[in-house]
Amino acid sequence: MVRYSNKQTICMFRLPDDYFSRPRARRHCLPMKALLQADQVGFTRSGELVFEPADVCLNAGQALVISGPNGSGKTTLLRVLAGILEPATGKLSRSASLAFLGHLAAVKGDLSCRENLEFSTRFSGQPGMAVNRAMARVGLAGLGLRPARALSAGQKRRLGLAGLLVARRDIWLLDEPYASLDDAGGELVDQLLDEHLAGGGTAALSTHQRQPRLQTDPDRLVIRAALRESVR
Amino acid sequence: MTRAMLALLRRDLRLAVRHGGESLMPLVFLFAVLILVPLGVGPGPNLLSAIAPGMVWVAALLASLLALEHLFRPDLDDGTLEQWWTGETPVGLLVMTRLFSHWLITGLPVIVFAPVAAQMLYLPDRALSTLVVSLLIGTPLLSLIGGLASALTLGTNRGSVLLSILIFPLVVPVLIFATGAVSAAADGLSARAHLGLLSALLILAVTLIPLATTAALRLNIE
Repeated sequence: MVRYSNKQTICMFRLPDDYFSRPRARRHCLPMKALLQADQVGFTRSGELVFEPADVCLNAGQALVISGPNGSGKTTLLRVLAGILEPATGKLSRSASLAFLGHLAAVKGDLSCRENLEFSTRFSGQPGMAVNRAMARVGLAGLGLRPARALSAGQKRRLGLAGLLVARRDIWLLDEPYASLDDAGGELVDQLLDEHLAGGGTAALSTHQRQPRLQTDPDRLVIRAALRESVR
Repeated sequence: MTRAMLALLRRDLRLAVRHGGESLMPLVFLFAVLILVPLGVGPGPNLLSAIAPGMVWVAALLASLLALEHLFRPDLDDGTLEQWWTGETPVGLLVMTRLFSHWLITGLPVIVFAPVAAQMLYLPDRALSTLVVSLLIGTPLLSLIGGLASALTLGTNRGSVLLSILIFPLVVPVLIFATGAVSAAADGLSARAHLGLLSALLILAVTLIPLATTAALRLNIE
């Protein structure tokens, strides 16, 4: 194994034979293993870069923790990686299915928890864990018929986590997954991440409170806001 | 792909049933127009049969317009809209699905009750089939145009005024050709030219509007 680091990204892999004959820009990551790879992606809002362009490489079995102060662009980066926002610079390539869990839980308040999860399964087309099992796993057992709007903020986050489980997707992009969860909830996120990584998945998460405690050490990426004071 | 579209359609319809009152608005609107206008202009059969095509069509248009505010906004607010971009299904198809469910809720009831409306307004029987055909071609067009305008105004708070201003010039041709067709049929003339032009508009809208709507949505989810 060779450890190769390029500014903001660290990837662990064996160098391929043609490594040194590749153009420089393609050297930092091994495409065969990367489920999601971003080269110098940046996003502009009214013509200004939001964060300094970043390299991201998500390999199977490896997690990436994105940190940075408030307003540095963590959420924006994750949304770019998820394909929700069009990157203004750089290149994004993805070779696996993807799940994005953002600030908003993406559940319909007027539907019951069960109906929301059933929708997640059908919408993704790749059934994962059964709905009842997923709800029990995230600590919402017995709340299947409750309308999602009647859940507390933490329970809504848990419902979002259950949504990750009921559909099988390889890349998880989690925006502040620990927000509004109690300690047990934080541990639950760690456990789910561990299981997901052990199953050959990959994950990127942004956080500024609790650091994930995982079995395999996650890669780290610190992003910086690119806005200068010239912006008015 | 089709599975995702069916899942979305199913959820949209289920939500529509759950918000029963809102979903009945198009019909309530249609009958409010049908009952109130004769009271205002007088119940003479000659006058009513002359304005019948326009009245049914204006009711269909307003019914479609009423539900537009809720076409994409709730999904934007609860985060389900951004999920459209994370899946494998092209967003254009999801947009089509959403517009189809909008049509099922606002357009279809008007079409189903159009014969009743025609009877109430003394529309000549020979124009009834043309009225239904013009609604069948025209109401999807209203949903498509409304969808584009709704996606464009998604970023503005309380964009309903802007929404109406955007929509009115675009639906004028629909209204002219559709009511033209029905009036022609009522006078015993052929409505084919009008219906042909209406169909051409529909084909143009079906091909271009999902693309434009997708682009507009993307601009607004930033």
